[in-house]
Amino acid sequence: MEHSILSAIVWTPLLAALVVLAMPTRSENVLRSVSFALSLVPFLLSLRMLQLFDPTVGTLQLNEHASWMPSLGVSYSLGVDGFSLWLIVLTTFLTPIILLAGWHDIEKRLKEFLFFMLLLEWGMLGALASTDLFLFFMFWELMLFPMAFVIGIWGGPRRRYAAIKFVLYTMAGSALMMVAMVYVVLRQAAATGRMSFDILSLYGTPLTYTEQLACFAAFAVAFMIKVPMVPLHTWLPDAHTEAPTGGSVDLAGVLLKMGAYGFLRFALPMFPVAAQDAFPYIILLAVIGIIYGAMVAFPQPDMKRLVAYSSVSHLGFIMLGLYTFNTIGITGSVLQMVNHGLSTGALFILVGYIYHRRHTRQIAEYGGLWSLIPVFSALFLVVTLSSISLPGTNGFVGEFLILLGAFRAHPWAGSIATIGVVLGAGYMLTMYQRVVFGPVTNEANRSLHDLDLREVGALLPILVLIFWIGLYPKPFLRRIEPTVHVLLDRLHRAGASRYMAGEDSHPSQSLGIEAPVGPRAADAAGTVHP
Amino acid sequence: MTEFETPLLRLIPLLPLLGAAICMFAASTERRPLAKIVGPGSVLVAFLLVLFAIARFWQLEEGHSLVDLVSTWIDVSPLRVDLAFRLDALTSVMLLVVAGVGFLIHLYSLGYMHDDPDLPRFFAYLNLFTAAMLVLVLADSLPVLFIGWEGVGLCSYLLIGFWYSDPANADAGRKAFVANRVGDAAFLTGLFLLFWSLAAAGSPTLAFTDVNRLAPELALRSPGIVTAICLLLLVGATGKSAQIPLYIWLPDAMAGPTPVSALIHAATMVTAGVYMMARLSPLFVESPTAMQVVATIGAVTAVFAASIALVQRDLKKILAYSTISQIGYMVLGVGVGAFAAGVFHLMTHAFFKALLFLGAGSVMHALHGELDVFKMGGLKRHLPITSKTFLVGTLAIAGVPPLAAFFSKDMVLEAAFMHGHPVLWLLGVIAAGLTAFYMFRAYFLAFEGESRMDHEVEAHVHESPSTMTIPLVILSVLSIVGGWVGLPHGFLWGDRFGRYLEPVLAQAAHGAHAEGHAVEAGGATPLLLMLVTTAVAFGAIFAAWKMYARPSTVPDEMQARFPRIYDLLWGKYWVDEIYDTFILQPYAAASRFFWKVIDASVIDGTVNGVASFFGGAASAGRRLQTGNVQHYAFAMLLGAVFTAGVYWLWR
Repeated sequence: MEHSILSAIVWTPLLAALVVLAMPTRSENVLRSVSFALSLVPFLLSLRMLQLFDPTVGTLQLNEHASWMPSLGVSYSLGVDGFSLWLIVLTTFLTPIILLAGWHDIEKRLKEFLFFMLLLEWGMLGALASTDLFLFFMFWELMLFPMAFVIGIWGGPRRRYAAIKFVLYTMAGSALMMVAMVYVVLRQAAATGRMSFDILSLYGTPLTYTEQLACFAAFAVAFMIKVPMVPLHTWLPDAHTEAPTGGSVDLAGVLLKMGAYGFLRFALPMFPVAAQDAFPYIILLAVIGIIYGAMVAFPQPDMKRLVAYSSVSHLGFIMLGLYTFNTIGITGSVLQMVNHGLSTGALFILVGYIYHRRHTRQIAEYGGLWSLIPVFSALFLVVTLSSISLPGTNGFVGEFLILLGAFRAHPWAGSIATIGVVLGAGYMLTMYQRVVFGPVTNEANRSLHDLDLREVGALLPILVLIFWIGLYPKPFLRRIEPTVHVLLDRLHRAGASRYMAGEDSHPSQSLGIEAPVGPRAADAAGTVHP
Repeated sequence: MTEFETPLLRLIPLLPLLGAAICMFAASTERRPLAKIVGPGSVLVAFLLVLFAIARFWQLEEGHSLVDLVSTWIDVSPLRVDLAFRLDALTSVMLLVVAGVGFLIHLYSLGYMHDDPDLPRFFAYLNLFTAAMLVLVLADSLPVLFIGWEGVGLCSYLLIGFWYSDPANADAGRKAFVANRVGDAAFLTGLFLLFWSLAAAGSPTLAFTDVNRLAPELALRSPGIVTAICLLLLVGATGKSAQIPLYIWLPDAMAGPTPVSALIHAATMVTAGVYMMARLSPLFVESPTAMQVVATIGAVTAVFAASIALVQRDLKKILAYSTISQIGYMVLGVGVGAFAAGVFHLMTHAFFKALLFLGAGSVMHALHGELDVFKMGGLKRHLPITSKTFLVGTLAIAGVPPLAAFFSKDMVLEAAFMHGHPVLWLLGVIAAGLTAFYMFRAYFLAFEGESRMDHEVEAHVHESPSTMTIPLVILSVLSIVGGWVGLPHGFLWGDRFGRYLEPVLAQAAHGAHAEGHAVEAGGATPLLLMLVTTAVAFGAIFAAWKMYARPSTVPDEMQARFPRIYDLLWGKYWVDEIYDTFILQPYAAASRFFWKVIDASVIDGTVNGVASFFGGAASAGRRLQTGNVQHYAFAMLLGAVFTAGVYWLWR
C-alpha cells in the first residue's frame, strides 16, 4: 500500500465517480451523502501521503513506475515533491468541502454533476502527480472536459459562451504545448537513441538556444493561459462568473495553479536558459497583471467577477515570486498557490451561500447584511482579510516572501507590485463594505437567514488553515523549501544562474538594489549542454 | 545585552485576545453581562501582568531585557523571523500607556456604551485592538511589529465603522484602512530593503537588536540606502501616526464611538509611528538627511494641523486636528534626535488627550450627541466633574506649568533649538501658541459663558455616571503629575525619564550635533526658551479668553477681514478635495477604462473576433457555434493519435 499511495490518491476519485454514476438517481440525499463520504477517502489518503513524505528530501519521492507504452517511451510514473505536495492535499481537501458547501445548490441532474466533480478531481490529481510528460498531458486535457461540462450545464445564463471560451483558450495553449512536447521528446530520442517521456530525463534534453526559446514559448503560452496572465486572462472572469460555486472553487483553488505549477515542473527545468532569458517579459506581465487585475476588479458590479479579477492580481504575485529565482521568492510563491486556493475558494463559497438565497451576485443588491446575517458577515470578514494578506493570516506569509524575494531579484518590479497590496485592500474592502455595512436598502434581504451548521462547518476547515498558515507556516514551508533548492540547483548547473541573486551561496552580492543586467546577449545562441 | 527568558510576555497580549474571542461569543449569543465583565477585565488582568513583568524587569541590571521566544514564525533561508517578544525600557513605557490608559478607556466604555445593543461586539473589537497594540510594542522584530501594526489598523477600521448602518462611518473606516495601507506598503518596502542590506552585511534577520547593532555598518556600506530605508519607514509612520501627507484619515475617524477616538486615535495607535522610529533610533541617526525630513514633517504638521483646528466647530474634530498637531511634536522630537523627548511627549499626550476625548464623550453623552461648540456654553454648571477635568486637560495641552505637556513639549522644543534647528523650533512655538488658543477657545465656548443649547437638550443635561467620571479624574491626575518624571536638567531630580530610556535610544549627539551648528548645552538658553514658549502660551490663552469667554464680535470681525484665510482653514486646505481630484477620481476612471475598453473591447474583442473569423471562414467551423464540447474533445484526441501515429510510422 505504501509504495502505491499516489496511485491510490489519484484513482479513488475515479472509482468514486463510477460508483456515483452507477447509483440510482431516486434519492438525492443519498447521492450527496455517498459522494461526500467517498470524497473523504482521497483526502485521508493524502494525509497518509503527508505522513510518508520525507520533508528533508527535495527530489521526487513516493515514486511509482510502470511500463505503459514502451515503444513510445510512455510510462505510468507518479511522484511527489514540495511543489505538488500541498497542491495535491489542497485538491483532496477542497473536494469534500465543495460538496458539503454546495449541498443544495444543484437542482438538476445532480448525479451527473457529482460525477463530473469527482472526475475533475481525478484529472487534477493525476496532472499533479504525473512525472511522465505524456501522462501529465493526458490528465491535463482530462481536467478540461469535466470543468467545461460543469460550467456549460450547471452554469449561469451565459454558460455556453463561458464554457466554449474556456475550452478554446485552453486548447489553443494545449496544442502549442503538445507540438513542443513532441519536439522535445524527438530531440531527446535522437540524442539518446531511446524515446522517453520521463520528465527527469527530459530535463537533460540537449537543445540549441533557439530550440529552447521556441519550446519554452510554446509551454509558456499554454501555462500563461492557465495562470492566467494578462492579456490571456479574459476566459477567467467569464468562466468564474458563470460556473456554479463548486466549479468556481475548483477553478480558483487548483486549476489556476496548474499554470504556475507547469512552469515549476516543466517550463523552467526543461528550458532553463530560455526560461531565464524570458524574465523581462514574464516579470512585466506579472506586474501588469497585479496592477491591472486589481484595477479592473475595483469597479466590478458582480461579486464573482470581482473575485475573478482579484485572482488575476493574486496570480500575478505568484508568477512574480516564481521569477525571482531565489529560495524566498519561489517558496513564497508555492505557498501562495495554496493560500490563494484557500482564501479565494472560501470567497466563492461565501458568495455561493448568498447567491443560493437571493439568486443574485450584484453587489448593489445587497447592503447592511451585518445586521441581518452576522455569522455570514463575520466569516466573510475573516476571508476578506486573508485575501488582502493581513499579517496573522495565510496570505501575508506568502505575499511577504514573494515581495521580499522580488526585492532581491527585481527591485523595481517588487516596488510596483507592492502597490498592489494597497489596491487589494481598496477593492476588497469596498466590496465588503457595500455588501455588509450601510443600511438595509433592499427589502428582499430582510428575509435572509444566517448560515446554518452545515454551511459554517464547510468553511471551518479553511478558516483554521488561514490562521494556521498565518501564524505557524513552518510545517508548510519546511516541505516546500528543499524542492526549491533542487530546482535552483538544476537551473544553476544548466548555466542559468545569472539572475539567481539572493541565494546563500552569493553573500558577496551587493544590496540587490541595482536592476539585474539585461537579457542574454546574442553570443548565447550556441547549444546549451546541461 | 543580556536577556532573560520568561514565558510571561506572551500572556500580556494573549489575555485581551482571549477576551476578544469571548466577547465575540457573547455578541453572537446575546450574553451582555459576560462581555461587560470580560471586556474590561481582560485588559485589567493584562495591566496587572504588565506591572508584574515591569517589576521583574526593574530587578535586572540596566541595559538588560526580558525576552520571550514563542516559536519560529517564518523560516526560509536565508530569512528567519521568530515570533518573539521583548521588554526593555522603551517597551515598559509603552506597555504602561497602552494597558493602563487602555483599561481606563474600557472602564469608561462601560458607561458610555451602556445603551448600545452592540456593546459585546464593541468590547470584542476594543480587546482585539488592545491585543494588537500590545503585540506592536512587545515585538522583538519588524515583521512581528507589523502583525500588531496592521492589526491595530484593522481594529481601527472596524471601530470607526462600528455604527456601520451609516455609510459615512463605513466610508471613514475604509479611508482609514486604505490610507494606512499606503503607509504600510512603504513600510514593507523599507523593510525589504533593510533585510537585504542586513543580509549583505552577513546578518539576514529583522530583529530590532540586530538592525540597531548593524546600523552603523550599513551606513558605512551604503549611506544612500539607509536614507531610503528610513524615508520609507517614515512614510509608514506618517500613515499610522497621521502626519503629512497621510493624515487625512484621522479627522474622518472621529465617526467612531468616542472612547475609540480616545484610545486608538489619540492615546495609542496613532503614536505607533513615533514608537517605531524611536525603536529604530540607531538606524535613523545614521541618516542625517532622513532625520531632517522627519523633523521637518513633524514641525510642519504641528503648525498645519493646529491652524485648521482654529476654526473648527466640532469638538471632536478640534481634538482630532489637535492630535495630528501634537504627534507632530513627537515626530519633531524624533527628527531632531531627541528620541526620549518624543517618547516623553507621547506618554503625556496619551494622558491629556485621552482625558480631553473622554471629556468630549461625556459632553456628547450629556447633550445627546451634540458636538458643535457653538451650540454649547455654560456647561460647567451642569457638568462639574467633566468641566473641571476638561479644564485640566486644556491647561495641560496648552503647556501651562507645571502640568504634563509643559515639560514634555518644552523638552522637544529645547532639543530642536539646541540641536541646531531654529526654524523648526519657531514653528513649534507658533504651534504651541495656536494650540493654547484653539483649546481654550473650545473650552470657553463649551463650558463657560451663557448657554446656547436648545432648550430641549438643556433640560436633559446631566453629569455622566461614575464609570465615566472616575477615568476622567484619574487621567486628570496623570495629566498634572505625568510630566514630573522628566524635569529640566539641574532642577530637582532632573530628567529621570530620559535617563531611564538612555540604554535603548540612540543619543542625539550622534546625529545633529555632529553637523556642527549645535548650540552648547547648559547656560541660560534653555530657561530662556522655556520662558518664550510659556509666554506665547499665556498670550494665546488670554486672546482666547478675550474672544470667546464672553460674547464678543472679534471672531466675526476676524472672519470678515480675512475671508480667504478663514475659508482656507475651514476648508482644511482642501487637501481631501485635492486627493480626490488628482488621485481617487483618476484611479476610478482608469479602472473603468481598463475594464470597459481594454478588457471588454480590446482583448475580448480580439478573442471573439478571432473565434468568429475561424467560425465563419470554414464551413465546418459553424459547428464551433453549436458549443458541443465533445467535438473538440474528439478533435483533440484525433490530433494526439495522429501525431503519435505519424511519429511511429516515420520512425
